[in-house]
Amino acid sequence: MNTETKTHPELSEIFNKDEQRVNWHDETLWWIRQKRDKSAHSIPEWEMLREKASQIKNNALSNLADYLVSFEEKALANGIIVHWAADAAEHNRIVHGILEKHGIRQMVKSKSMLTEECHLNEYLEKQGLEVIDSDLGERIVQLAKEPPSHIVLPCIHKKKEEIGDLFHEHLGVPAGTSDPQILTEAARQHLRETFLTRKAALTGVNFAIAETGEFVVCTNEGNADMGAHLADVHIACMGIEKIIPKRKHLGVFLRLLARSATGQPITTYSSHFKKPRAGQEMHIVLVDNGRTIQMGREDFRASLKCIRCGACMNTCPVYRRSGGHSYNYAISGPIGAILAPNLDREKYADLPFASTLCGSCSNVCPVKIDIHQQLYKWRQVIVQEGYATSSKKMSMKLMNYTLSSPGIYRTAGKAGRWVLKHIPFAVNNQFNPWYKQREMPEAPKESFGEWYKKNVK
Amino acid sequence: MKRIGLFIPCYVDQFYPNAGIATYQLLKKLGLDVTYPAGQTCCGQPMANSGFEHLTGDCNQLFVDNFAEFDYIVSPSGSCVLHVKEHLHTVNSEDQAAGIRKKVYELVEFLVDVLQVKNLKAKFPYKVGLHQSCHGQRGLLLTQMSELVAPYFSKPQQLLAQVEGLELIELKRTDECCGFGGTFCVVEEAVSVKMGKDRVKDHLTNGAEYITGADMSCLMHMEGILKREKSKVKVMHIAEILNAG
Repeated sequence: MNTETKTHPELSEIFNKDEQRVNWHDETLWWIRQKRDKSAHSIPEWEMLREKASQIKNNALSNLADYLVSFEEKALANGIIVHWAADAAEHNRIVHGILEKHGIRQMVKSKSMLTEECHLNEYLEKQGLEVIDSDLGERIVQLAKEPPSHIVLPCIHKKKEEIGDLFHEHLGVPAGTSDPQILTEAARQHLRETFLTRKAALTGVNFAIAETGEFVVCTNEGNADMGAHLADVHIACMGIEKIIPKRKHLGVFLRLLARSATGQPITTYSSHFKKPRAGQEMHIVLVDNGRTIQMGREDFRASLKCIRCGACMNTCPVYRRSGGHSYNYAISGPIGAILAPNLDREKYADLPFASTLCGSCSNVCPVKIDIHQQLYKWRQVIVQEGYATSSKKMSMKLMNYTLSSPGIYRTAGKAGRWVLKHIPFAVNNQFNPWYKQREMPEAPKESFGEWYKKNVK
Repeated sequence: MKRIGLFIPCYVDQFYPNAGIATYQLLKKLGLDVTYPAGQTCCGQPMANSGFEHLTGDCNQLFVDNFAEFDYIVSPSGSCVLHVKEHLHTVNSEDQAAGIRKKVYELVEFLVDVLQVKNLKAKFPYKVGLHQSCHGQRGLLLTQMSELVAPYFSKPQQLLAQVEGLELIELKRTDECCGFGGTFCVVEEAVSVKMGKDRVKDHLTNGAEYITGADMSCLMHMEGILKREKSKVKVMHIAEILNAG
């Protein structure tokens, strides 16, 4: 489906045409939110951990330049080749260059939201290279030619029957298979062959440690290890905000990450990479792609504290009922809605409005990003920069005019109530989005102001 | 005696005067000096939440002109109070605006925290579902939030427990948003309606006869859905329940 030209409200409306499916999507993610709650409540010091993580990230961002330099120095000393990429295009060129140098045409990749953000797969495919995603969910959406709909659970929008159909088409499982165990086994056999034959493996990075020059990748499937340990070339790509100052800080973040994401105490694999094994080449690509611009925006820099757990998506009542693809950005949900406008205000003008500002996202965030406050602030920026529709501008000006004058307000209120009472079809029609699926409030005979004037002396 | 300015949000004034009347009567019953300044209109939130905070200057000035003189400002709407607390600024009377930001209270928090009401003489013999409005809950901390690992408390529940005959029902999701969200309810119509339907369903399956809360806007949203579904269940502002009987 080409979703590029449709807005969040339009895509949400399409998603909501199948109410049973929305219920299923909502319940599935709510179940994960509940697992997160249970897991968090088993740690009495949970809120203190969040505060600690938040402060470490504040420190990391405030001293990012120094930490990056230290990280590079240590990584180089460990025998890792370090690259710097100003933007997505440079990142893609660097990865391509490394593969070219080794004459590699095929690469295996473990989950990396950064490469989604940079559209690396499409870029490499255009150069005639083949990339196979080894994370199961990621592989499923790759076969379906779709972007991930969730940063932790990339194929959460797909039912097992639909995965069965895809595997029937691409991996040759019998038609109608929907048993998760059989499907997973089929993927496992298919990926095993991939792991054994690929010469290059790309992984993401969850945490990069300034003190030691090492990095940590968290997976549940061990696919980062399978790829990296079997390949001659390991490329790790990371946004520059992934830096944490010291190794001991992992004790804070690893406790928070999986509990926030899925309710697990820790991911099955927390793989530490420090130096290439004998005969292997190890690269790190440090990517900016707008991050330093976001750093300079006082109201929005805290968004860079994100550790990509996805808790804000699971708790978001809008995300659960609109699906990840309605956001048109690699990172969906509330966090995506505050990150995306940094890159393109016009294209993502609808995202900060895809929220009721309920604030649940900020409460589950393990690094205490004030997500809903930033959504409010992005709305102001987007309007100030002229990306509101002209009908919205008109109605807001009219509303402001009415509400700024008690006399006009009283007259308008009275007129409105009169219309509702006497000619309801003037309001209750197809042009009123409220009325489509909801009744209008009943017009009372008098306003509170009128009652007060009459009854209180 | 301390003077209380009654702030009745625009849509409550126009569509739900009973919530305003109940608030006024309740405060009077408690022996307070309550005044409704006639020149008030709106807190400016509908514009600000839509990204037009820069247009709200006149609205804010009007609010200051109407309410600066009072010792307390009390309102039956968590959302509007939160907006005033977080965003009321003026060019010419910022000191007064700052004062208002500190002395504006949502009705429930005023009753519990300032008046410390322990014994309301109210009677409401029905099964009631309590909707936690997000801005009242997560913004004004009227009730502990389910996301946090922290001791439970609930100010609206504390008050409803004083109402004779009232049976509070349990909900499956204790504090999920109803999907109103100001202009969100029309801009994101599909998701907004679905959120509202789901919230209403939780109350209905658990046997509510009335849905109440400290924010009329959420109740207005759920009422719109209940009526479309031809449900007999009604919404009622918490002030009306606390003032009943």
